[in-house]
Amino acid sequence: MSNQNRTMFGGRVDRGQVINFIFNGKKYKGFHGDTLASALLANDVHLVGRSFKYHRARGILTAGSEEPNAIVQLGLGARTEPNMRATEIELYEGLEAASQNCWPSVNYDIGSLNNILSSIFPAGFYYKTFKWPPSLWLFYEHFIRKAAGLGYSPTAKNPDRYEQKFYYCDLTIVGGGISGLLSALAAGRSGCSVLLIDENPELGGYLLDYNFSINEKDGLKWIKNIVDELYSMDNVRILKRTTAMGYYDYNYLTALEKVTNHCDQLSKTIPRERYWRVRSKKIILAQGAFERPLVFADNDRPGIMMASAGKKYLSRYGVLPGKSVVLFTNNDHAYQTAFEFNDKGAKLSVVDTRENIDTRIQKKCDDLGIKLYSSSSIISTSGNKKVNQIEVQKVDRKQNKLSGECVTLDVDCILMSGGWNPAVQLFSQSRGKLRYDKVLNTFVPDKLIQDQIIIGCNNGCFDLTKNLNHSYQEGLNTAKDLNYEAADSINWKGEEEISFTESSVEPYMLGKKKVTKGSKHFIDFQNDVTAADIFLAQREGYISVEHTKRYTTTGMGTDQGKTSNVNALALMSHIHEKPVDEIGHTTFRPPFSPQTFGAIAGRSVDHLFDPERRTSIHKWHEENNAVFEDVGQWKRPYYFAKKNENIHDAVKRECLAVRNSLGMLDASTLGKIDLRGPDTAKFLNMIYTNAWSKLEIGSCRYGLMCNEHGMIFDDGVTTRLGEDHYHMTTTTGGAARVMSWLEEFLQTEWLDMEVFCTSVTEQWTVLSISGPNSRKFLQELTDIDLSKENFPFMKFREGKVCGIDSRVFRISFTGELSFEVNVPSRYGRFVWEQFMQHGKKYNITPYGTETMHVLRAEKGFIIVGQDTDGSVTPMDMNMDWIVSKKKQDFLGKRSFIRSDTSRSDRKKFVGLLVNDKKTVLPEGSHIVEKALKQPPMKMLGHVTSSYYSPILGHPIALAMIKNGMNLLGEKVEIPLMNGKVIEATISDTVFYDKEGSKNNE
Amino acid sequence: MFVIKCPYCGERDQTEFSCHGEAHIARPDNPAEVSDEEWGEYLFFRNNPKGIHFERWTHDHGCRRWFNVMRDTVSDKIMKTYKMGDQKPGVQDV
Repeated sequence: MSNQNRTMFGGRVDRGQVINFIFNGKKYKGFHGDTLASALLANDVHLVGRSFKYHRARGILTAGSEEPNAIVQLGLGARTEPNMRATEIELYEGLEAASQNCWPSVNYDIGSLNNILSSIFPAGFYYKTFKWPPSLWLFYEHFIRKAAGLGYSPTAKNPDRYEQKFYYCDLTIVGGGISGLLSALAAGRSGCSVLLIDENPELGGYLLDYNFSINEKDGLKWIKNIVDELYSMDNVRILKRTTAMGYYDYNYLTALEKVTNHCDQLSKTIPRERYWRVRSKKIILAQGAFERPLVFADNDRPGIMMASAGKKYLSRYGVLPGKSVVLFTNNDHAYQTAFEFNDKGAKLSVVDTRENIDTRIQKKCDDLGIKLYSSSSIISTSGNKKVNQIEVQKVDRKQNKLSGECVTLDVDCILMSGGWNPAVQLFSQSRGKLRYDKVLNTFVPDKLIQDQIIIGCNNGCFDLTKNLNHSYQEGLNTAKDLNYEAADSINWKGEEEISFTESSVEPYMLGKKKVTKGSKHFIDFQNDVTAADIFLAQREGYISVEHTKRYTTTGMGTDQGKTSNVNALALMSHIHEKPVDEIGHTTFRPPFSPQTFGAIAGRSVDHLFDPERRTSIHKWHEENNAVFEDVGQWKRPYYFAKKNENIHDAVKRECLAVRNSLGMLDASTLGKIDLRGPDTAKFLNMIYTNAWSKLEIGSCRYGLMCNEHGMIFDDGVTTRLGEDHYHMTTTTGGAARVMSWLEEFLQTEWLDMEVFCTSVTEQWTVLSISGPNSRKFLQELTDIDLSKENFPFMKFREGKVCGIDSRVFRISFTGELSFEVNVPSRYGRFVWEQFMQHGKKYNITPYGTETMHVLRAEKGFIIVGQDTDGSVTPMDMNMDWIVSKKKQDFLGKRSFIRSDTSRSDRKKFVGLLVNDKKTVLPEGSHIVEKALKQPPMKMLGHVTSSYYSPILGHPIALAMIKNGMNLLGEKVEIPLMNGKVIEATISDTVFYDKEGSKNNE
Repeated sequence: MFVIKCPYCGERDQTEFSCHGEAHIARPDNPAEVSDEEWGEYLFFRNNPKGIHFERWTHDHGCRRWFNVMRDTVSDKIMKTYKMGDQKPGVQDV
């Protein structure tokens, strides 16, 4: 295998386990423990992708979740994922990945023409260019959409399973570096239940890559001992490969665990990812810090990476990314990387922006033969697909210009370090306040808001000994706060080779070209935002930090500016000559890094997306060709199709069967509420618009509910079953709403009323039989006397139906003689089948909701929510008859006399008959006085219900029309979407059996 | 995402509850006698303070009881939850 950049030995990869993978169609080998990035670097592949806007060649900048450049398309087919960070992808056998944003290939990318033409693509280019003329936007959009984005989404359905986990514990610790580990150890030893989250496959944090000792013991061994102890504790749970994504109120944390992403074979039983929703009493943030890039001319070429990343590739993966290497730094800490590179055989030079460099460091450089350029800067880089040359020159700070001789160096790798930024994203999401630290030159946590603690480098402290002691102590304190007996405290002493103490932030380094003239000093690598763009935004008035962000797109994209934000703010501070504090910072929002929709959805997909409610007869409907309709969460038969029937044939057949003989509807989905208590009648008087005091036991009454605005809100029939016992029915969709409405008033307004409401919707199966033969038919199956004299319309009787104890209501929604038979749900299908069997001689016909709608419309019965829309009163529906004049008060009454509700020109409920006798108007059609070629036209109202009536042989419609009751017989016009205009005549709302004799038979 | 202490069930996650707007808005005793303006006040006008706010909540996926919540809209801290009919608390009560 090639792996030409792999060191002879060292690193934490398993050299015995070779792994084959494919990148951009080419086969490579890596080791178990590699990331895609480390394996590519080992194979000397630096060119990984093309940048977003200019299509510039880009390599690997970092070695972690902050990576802006090396983002790839991972996997194939339904599992492909865009924008995956090569620095985080663990290598597995057969892995396939490809570069993004390039065509035809990453090496020869046509889009890189943009780079040559870059002077015409400054910040705001799209805003300025595609604004005019407005009508052309749809044309531009087509091309802009094509160019937008980096990778592509899968088009097939994701075959994987995702799960969600709710978790509760005393303490959650985010970050498994030494600080997090020590807090976990202290809290765990004290007995707290601890959840430790880390996004890496290995605990230990950045110190895994550095030489250090703790209490004079080897650091790596020390980490291993702690990790072992933590794993041995039952009260500590450790989640690796898990990223804390969001930090919300009341210490609510979400985290994404990548369970099998790193495996070559996906399990059928284990989910791919698990989304954790964690609520803990305390949260400790120990996320560490991100290294900050330096801003210099052409600082984005492949081969240029963060110093800490270089260190990680070398120490952890045994990969030496370059042979002739230059370190470009403004702090001492990064020298460790230089020394390590030198030790492993690279030829090193160092460019340090500072004038005064620690003499010990200077001496060590001398001893090792490392050429040190102090007070200097890299002023240019070259190399098309990988950096190959740089120019270095002294900077005269006082005069702000370059001075002295310009030195040219041949290099194949630049390591840069501009200092460290604490990873304050989650802290800031939790409402924590930040302050600008003038020594570290970055934002650090200041004020804690929630029950939280922030420790280690994440807290802006880079002193190892201090961090060890503080972290352990905070673990103990947490235990004490939560009333555990804290373990003994321990004195820790840590030693690092060189520690990070301070850094400057220079907004940009001088280069050969002026920053404002098309030079490319990159601030934000992922969005191709240069220092010149930030200057431009300020010149054009986008001086607020939020405006600069949106105008230039700095800090946006999949990395959300983890590497770029502080440099952008420093540059703004430089331009405005104001301290960075006063510039402020943009708001951090979840998620911390990109997460899959699959994980957010979890198991709530496909048939589990929304609960499905089925009646006890559902299976029979399925077996008998029912076409279903969703009504809320219920599945209701829409119609029952016989052979070769379409919906019109079926509905026609069903309608005529009801009108001529016998039909049966599964009405189980109607809301049913059992009301009991001595004040029930009084309560109903307040809830309904009509009067309930005199309803006799065994009688039913139709009622209309209004909200306090006087608008119709639900309707249904309520029956008095006993002295203080009532049975209320509601619309199918309104059942839950009505139940809540009743409870609201009983619990918040009329606390003295003694009424108990119980939902019994699912306890009863309702078989509604309707048609002239319904009495004859049902009498043969029941012991209840159904005669007209003994069981009149709007009455209720109890008795046996098919041997089952039943409640029978004589009410009608079709206008025909009807009985609603309620049987306990467990007998629902049995009784239904008995009815079907016995009803054969009457041609009993099961019908669905469409037929129900047609039949009720023929009678002008309203459907709340279809004919009403929350803005109509009972009077608008010509239902004055149901509004009590005598009752002093009921819900909605007072609003009937508000000036708007009592207007005389409100829309009224009317019937509509088309003059051509054949067009079924689309529901929702606008009704106008006279149709014109184009709007505006004088609008009168709209169609609310519209059907073909089989019994009448022509279409019928219901509508809301302004002042409609005074326009009966008038002609109106309905312009359709297809340009046709239909004429119709306004009528009353009852089309069939106007005298209403049929249901009284 | 709040943790809300239901006065009947104890502390539960916000997902179990729903909010129903401002609390302590009494329905006029005799609506027929109030002016349009007073009725309009009852129907439409609500406070939207920056600071302490009193709200009605229900424990939908629990005991289904209504209760009141005293919440600081700036910090989102829930200062007190109490049963319907209980006296509206003052700052001194929390």
